[in-house]
Amino acid sequence: MLGQLPILTTITFLPGLGAIAILVLRALMRKEDGASMERNAKGVALFVTLFVLALTALLMVEFDPSVAGFQFVEEAAWLAEVGISYRMGVDGLSVLFVLLTAMLMPICILASWKLEKRVAEYMAAFLLLEMLVIGLFCALDLILFYILFEGSLIPMFLIIGVWGGQNRIYAAFKFFLFTFAGSVLMLIAMITMYAQAGTTDITQLLTYEFGRTAQMWMWLAFFASFAVKMPMWPVHTWLPDAHVQAPTAGSVILAGILLKLGGYGFLRFSLPMFPQASEFFAPMVFALSVIAIVYTSLVAFRQTDIKKLIAYSSIAHMGYVTIGVFTMTELGVQGAIYQMFSHGLVSGALFLCVGVIYDRFHTRDIGFYGGLVHKMPVFAVFFGLFAMANVGLPGTSGFIGEIMVMTGAFQVAPWVAAGAALGVIGSAMYMLTMYKKVVFGELTNTKLEVATDLNAREWINLGVLAVLAIYLGFFSTPITDMTEASVNALINQYQGALAAPVQ
Amino acid sequence: MAYLIVFGPLLAAIVAGLLQKQIGDRAAQIITTGLLILSAILSIVTFFDVAVGGNVRTLEIARWMAVGDFEVSWAIKLDTLSAVMLVVVTSVSSLVHVYSWGYMSHDPHRARFFAYLSLFTFAMLALVTADNFIQMFFGWEGVGLASYLLIGFWYKKESANAAAIKAFVTNRVGDFGLALGIMAIFFVFGSVQFDEVFAQAAGETGRQLRFLGLQFGALELIAFLLFIGAMGKSAQFFLHVWLPDAMEGPTPVSALIHAATMVTAGVFLVCRAHPIFELAPATSAFVTVIGATTALFAATVGLAQNDIKRVIAYSTCSQLGYMFFAAGLGLYSAAMFHLFTHAFFKALLFLCAGSVIHGLHEEQDMRKMGGTYQVLPWTWILMIIGTLALTGVGLPILGIGFAGFYSKDMIIEEAFMMGAAGVPFGTMAFWVGIIAAGLTSFYSWRLIFMTFHGKYRGDPEVLKHAHDSPPVMLVPLVLLAIGALFAGAAFKSDFVGKGALTFWGDSLPAGPYAEYNYGAGDAGDPLVSNAAGEAEHVDDAAVEAVAGDSGEAATTGSATAGEAAAEHGEAQEHGDGHGGHHPPTWVLFMPLIVTILGFLGAVWFYLMRPELPGRIAARGGPIHAFLSNKWYFDEIYHFVFVRGARGLGDLFWKIGDVRIIDGLGPNGVAGTVMAGARRIARMQTGYLYHYAFIMLIGVLGLTLWLVLRAGV
Repeated sequence: MLGQLPILTTITFLPGLGAIAILVLRALMRKEDGASMERNAKGVALFVTLFVLALTALLMVEFDPSVAGFQFVEEAAWLAEVGISYRMGVDGLSVLFVLLTAMLMPICILASWKLEKRVAEYMAAFLLLEMLVIGLFCALDLILFYILFEGSLIPMFLIIGVWGGQNRIYAAFKFFLFTFAGSVLMLIAMITMYAQAGTTDITQLLTYEFGRTAQMWMWLAFFASFAVKMPMWPVHTWLPDAHVQAPTAGSVILAGILLKLGGYGFLRFSLPMFPQASEFFAPMVFALSVIAIVYTSLVAFRQTDIKKLIAYSSIAHMGYVTIGVFTMTELGVQGAIYQMFSHGLVSGALFLCVGVIYDRFHTRDIGFYGGLVHKMPVFAVFFGLFAMANVGLPGTSGFIGEIMVMTGAFQVAPWVAAGAALGVIGSAMYMLTMYKKVVFGELTNTKLEVATDLNAREWINLGVLAVLAIYLGFFSTPITDMTEASVNALINQYQGALAAPVQ
Repeated sequence: MAYLIVFGPLLAAIVAGLLQKQIGDRAAQIITTGLLILSAILSIVTFFDVAVGGNVRTLEIARWMAVGDFEVSWAIKLDTLSAVMLVVVTSVSSLVHVYSWGYMSHDPHRARFFAYLSLFTFAMLALVTADNFIQMFFGWEGVGLASYLLIGFWYKKESANAAAIKAFVTNRVGDFGLALGIMAIFFVFGSVQFDEVFAQAAGETGRQLRFLGLQFGALELIAFLLFIGAMGKSAQFFLHVWLPDAMEGPTPVSALIHAATMVTAGVFLVCRAHPIFELAPATSAFVTVIGATTALFAATVGLAQNDIKRVIAYSTCSQLGYMFFAAGLGLYSAAMFHLFTHAFFKALLFLCAGSVIHGLHEEQDMRKMGGTYQVLPWTWILMIIGTLALTGVGLPILGIGFAGFYSKDMIIEEAFMMGAAGVPFGTMAFWVGIIAAGLTSFYSWRLIFMTFHGKYRGDPEVLKHAHDSPPVMLVPLVLLAIGALFAGAAFKSDFVGKGALTFWGDSLPAGPYAEYNYGAGDAGDPLVSNAAGEAEHVDDAAVEAVAGDSGEAATTGSATAGEAAAEHGEAQEHGDGHGGHHPPTWVLFMPLIVTILGFLGAVWFYLMRPELPGRIAARGGPIHAFLSNKWYFDEIYHFVFVRGARGLGDLFWKIGDVRIIDGLGPNGVAGTVMAGARRIARMQTGYLYHYAFIMLIGVLGLTLWLVLRAGV
């Protein structure tokens, strides 16, 4: 049905075109047209993101889950003399992330509808971000991937730095500093890979066998970058600050998509390209992940800022992802992917919930709230549902990822499963306590008297995510069937590489 | 039909919960209650179909998870074990729904309440009908969620919210074990399906598993981890702390969730997984010890509580202890039997307590009650029936009594037999059972006397307006009372007697002494019409021997007496021949004796010398303080866990994150950059574009340069 349409390129660059259109409009406008221009900017952004979502839906329909390799591959010579080219394609590991990005973007645009400051630039930044993120999930060339990977930092940096809260500059630089420091090492490793293998084609690199020592160094270099992105303990401290300062939609994208770059990177690069090193370093990853789960759960318990609490909870949840990935069992890897997808929905929804009350009262301080259920019953239901999904209650998508990861981990190292399971207690502790303080109790703060329940936009946003979180809690096979072939191929290749001795 | 049983309550919950504004309270009540009653009726039909008709089956509904060997389905498994639970859950639940029409009639959030009740019922049904461990875990956590919502139903109350969280988090501690147990099961058996796992269990007896640096028998470890889950849900020693606090919820909730159904899920789990527990002797011994400890501990604490609901809560805790030590000794059918009868009389007691509270305008403190039997006559009579059932009053020689008599005494007697046969901790469990039975009798009658007898000690205004409950609340009580009266006698043969050999099918072993217990053809046995009574075996000597123990028996010529005598006769026969299938007579009478002693003690303290308890309480004394403070569990846990978690959280956050990581990282080494950032902070935001643009160009330039260099 798609015929000759280069669908991945279309999906990737449509938002870019949208961004340019908005910026051109903005540049051409007359002073007195400001209001209509802003409305148009929002309209364009929403239209483009929805159109991308529709195209992505088409992509999902056309995607053949039984094929392990890359599909919809596009190639164009591009700096051909040095062996770099423009290559795009998706497989079971990446297609879901494209979908997730396409789904969250319209929600972000809707969530930002009431924004007043520099609307056109803001919408353009989001569209640019969508372009870069979708592009990097589709990229099949090392250098292309790297440019998009780094490039995605910039719109996010701007979103935090321009539209953020009080302390946004500090947060924006901290965010940039951490992530950029890691990326530089990754770049060096990529250059080395090119020097050794003579190509930047990811499909070829996947089958290239690097020497053991080289694998170790390159693995560590990639790890530096991905660990910061996840983020893993102890390079996680940028995340709470970034979240706290970011505007609502920025938090949604940060938690929903940018945190997944690390997990995707491990699956795309570290495991298949450096299998020996992955096996060697797996215990370290397990240890860091378990520490992250326990440590950040306890830290989350002490937070007084709702966003910080959810940010710390995100770090704990990403701990499950790293565990799952490095179990290198089908169950663990599938669980990790599921966990990423589910976390994208659930943490995104939680940040939207915070946004709902922040828009009304302009504070994230837990102590300020209390008794919201009396004034905002519908909000209380949604917030409670997502809190429970975050806690990993069976029947929500949060449970499936966690149980698969832990069961997978038990096959490899029971102590990891036991450590990860401690997070199950911790998450209940901090989420329910926070929920109680915000939603339940008497309405004592008179400023809350004027609270109004969800409006139509908020209803749609949270409603869509709620339906997905519950549906995917009861039926997991729509996701796991999509990834099964690619994951199995990944694991077989990995096991094969370990079996064959490398000099 | 099975679909309707399980999903009817879910449908009711969804409609009542989401459409409460549109349809109103009354419609929500009608829908939930109606579907629950339907579910209960169908459950009874299913019960006969499955347990009597032997129509055991599993209905697959949909795939839930399928990754490699990890296959999990939504299913409805119908065997005798789940059919029994279906009847218990739906019948108690539907009665509680009806009762709540009266009890919650003044609450503005009735629709939400009924939605929660139905949601709970659905989760509980999903739990008991699971055909794999993961679906069971779904139900397990689902009932935890419903319990959380219902304990915190009055969300304005700080104490209710705290209790709700405590319940959920404590349960999660148990779930931590259960989840690990399930993972271990998948690791060892490669499946989480009950049938596949249990079929392989015997083949894995020698398997060892390394866990946390130690070597365990695989089955022992699995059983132990599963039991941690059971301890949490069933409020066993160490993890019991949430149950008394859970009484913050509305009383119908306490009756349904914290007495009859959810808290028994742990017992159900152990029974369901009996093929594993049978092969795990060390863990079974642990189960026995924890069960016995809980039975005794909770009974002692129950002696010194003044809140009417808390007394019953500790009583529940204690009775669950009985079920567990029975299960630990391998007496699964006896444990299930007690679970079954206990559901009726404990729900009855709770709902009666609710009736008292309702009648006395939300008063729960027994010190402010007394002499109310005249204003609450129905409640008084029904509560005495419940108490008689709980304390297990009955005549051993006649073999007739209230429900608890059959089930609790069966546990005590069989515990003695197991002890005699050399099963670890059997004899200890027996003595604990005896002592706890005495304590049970004491605190139960203490409750009755403090509430209904003596002089009224509360606000006279309250008494003036006191009233007995309306029929909508009394009818469920009467039905439960009928259960408390006859559930034991009616089903004893099927659960633990001769009938059990066929009744349980493959779902549960009938118990080591089943064929010597109550035979088929007992009066009132509705299930087995086979009239092959044992009465033919009556042996005169036995009758005389028994008659010597009690004069009453001599005058009784009924078939039941003959049957009871037959048992003893057989006991003697076998006693001579093969070492005995029946406990000695003194064992049979011990529970009755201690029950009477407990009763007399309560009479002495609370009717004849009512000033004594007050004086003891006033004088304090370490024992009283120890008991009324519930062995200081809450204080210790608060200090160790709550304060500990806070302290560690602060340590990690303020020292770990802020001082060490940020101190060394972005703020320290990169301090210069931050100084730059501070300067930038003073600039107009527009300049950020420039920065970003420079970065973008920088990245591109660097990339290009490196690539080109490498390419050359």
